[in-house]
Amino acid sequence: MIFARLAFRSLAARWLTVSLTILAIALSVALLLGVEKIRNGAKASFADTISGTDLIVGARSGSVQLLLYSVFRIGNATNNVTWESFEDIREMPDVAWAIPLSLGDSHRGYRVLGTTAEYFDRYKFRAGKGLEFTSGVAFDDVFDAVLGADVVASLGYKLDDPIIVSHGIASFTHHEDKPFRVGGILAKTGTPVDRTVIVSLEGIEAIHVDWVGGGRAAGSLTAEQARTLDLSPKAITAAMIGVESKLRIFTLQRAINDYAEEPLLAVLPGVALQELWAVVGVAETALLGVSLMVVATALIGMVAMIFAGLNERRREMAILRSVGAGPGLIMTMLIAEAALIAAAGAAVGVAILYAGLAALQTWLDATYGIYIPPTGLGEREMITLAAAVAAGALAGLAPAARAYFISLSDGMSVKM
Amino acid sequence: MTEETALALTNLRFTWPGSTGFTLEVDAFTLPKGERTLLLGASGSGKSTLLSLICGISMPSAGSVTVAGTDIARLSRRRRDRFRAENIGIVFQQFNLLPYATALDNALLPLRFAPNRRAKLTDERAEALRLAAALGLDPAQMTSGGAGSLSVGQQQRVAVVRALIGSPELIVADEPTSALDASAQASFVDTLFTHVEAAGASLLMVSHDERLADRFDRTVRLEDIARVKKAAAV
Repeated sequence: MIFARLAFRSLAARWLTVSLTILAIALSVALLLGVEKIRNGAKASFADTISGTDLIVGARSGSVQLLLYSVFRIGNATNNVTWESFEDIREMPDVAWAIPLSLGDSHRGYRVLGTTAEYFDRYKFRAGKGLEFTSGVAFDDVFDAVLGADVVASLGYKLDDPIIVSHGIASFTHHEDKPFRVGGILAKTGTPVDRTVIVSLEGIEAIHVDWVGGGRAAGSLTAEQARTLDLSPKAITAAMIGVESKLRIFTLQRAINDYAEEPLLAVLPGVALQELWAVVGVAETALLGVSLMVVATALIGMVAMIFAGLNERRREMAILRSVGAGPGLIMTMLIAEAALIAAAGAAVGVAILYAGLAALQTWLDATYGIYIPPTGLGEREMITLAAAVAAGALAGLAPAARAYFISLSDGMSVKM
Repeated sequence: MTEETALALTNLRFTWPGSTGFTLEVDAFTLPKGERTLLLGASGSGKSTLLSLICGISMPSAGSVTVAGTDIARLSRRRRDRFRAENIGIVFQQFNLLPYATALDNALLPLRFAPNRRAKLTDERAEALRLAAALGLDPAQMTSGGAGSLSVGQQQRVAVVRALIGSPELIVADEPTSALDASAQASFVDTLFTHVEAAGASLLMVSHDERLADRFDRTVRLEDIARVKKAAAV
């Protein structure tokens, strides 16, 4: 088709401005799709922070707050759950397993989590992936600690290194009399577990056994003396629950929420995550808005380029008019040109996106725990691309309309 | 109107759009079929306007413009565009070609809008190259690279190929030689005549150069057939 050939050669003759315009559109499209991919990846990774756990139980507060402190190690519990309540819940018929979580202490900025060895089997993330040890094992001893990958990466611990837990979250009081030993190191998960020092519940109990209220009592005990005492915990911060049957989750949740001995709250992690994402989601919407603006900017740049070229192309239009082309055809050719540039931009943008993802995927997962599956373009992305091309063609309407009127008024004669 | 008239202007009135107050009037002008007429006129004498009317780009406010038996002033804009493509071959002073397209694509361009002209040819490309060769252009010049890289003289010849291909009734040439040097002018006009005659077309050439006059069947001065009125200056 001669017109397609003409349009192509016309664009090729202006290759520098055209290719810069295509590049601008390509980058904006790559940004838009990239934001969308990362957004979905972040959302999925966020939702994948905890899986396989049916309920999280803590003292009565807000569901987001409970999720934040128990799973994300952000903020603090308003109250504890007594060990008796935990044992009651564990004995409930619908409960398959229950893992206690005890939070409140820290190690050089990282939260310390007291729990049972079962935690390492039950904690699942990213659709059922379990925790893996790069070295060592789960608790061998009361004073064994297991470190998350980030803790090891930033503090440089090795197996068997001593580690001293501090009292409270930001505290100058240390449990230096009862040091722990690094007994295991976990592989990177991209979850808050990476930033956690995990010790046994008995360990937490042992370092506090000679404390009264917020301070150390006179005549403190040594670590060896502490070992000999009854180290069963008196209270925990929260608990992870697995149910026997998924159908019974809501029944169990209601039972826990109605627990008479103590005000408790049970939440479904997925539901609480959605609630939390709704809060965080404002930022993603803003990001999406910004990238849409970038696409709009690139398209405006294209329109400006076509407009700027119109005057030089009046001769071209006059020639087309003289051989019999109507102004409508000239308008169509300019719209087609805009659509062609936008389509080329979209295609190059997709190429940039996948090249970028291929290059950054590992780094994103390792650094931010955002896992972006290497999938092709989904329906949503296809619609986005089609919309970008359509927007390009639509934007081309403005210079095309101008060309229409130029070619009508100029006719065949152009004063050059 | 008979079929023997290639072009006839009757009681033509044209007013420039806007409030400029310029008017052009032609009471009667005919170009018999097969004739080669030179229309002499200085710049600013209304030449461009008259050509726009003849080619159906501009519309007269009164009167008729009859090309090959059809009053194009009565046609819709769309049909005028089509009519121009079918019946009129146009050669400009210069910048005749789309510089980025090949000379061949430029020459074939009017056929896209003129199915009847296309139907006269069995092989469009072969015909374009045959005409080009007759005008002294070799096939390589026609098919390789953009037409913008050809010399001005070569570009004018490509424009002639484009005007003649598919044998339209009327060839309109607007100062086609003024961009050429004196020796090239003479040979260009000779070549143009030969091929217009071979195609059985009529030629209306507009120029300000009286030296060309003796080569034409007839020379008409624009001021003798047309009145241009300018509104009194305010």
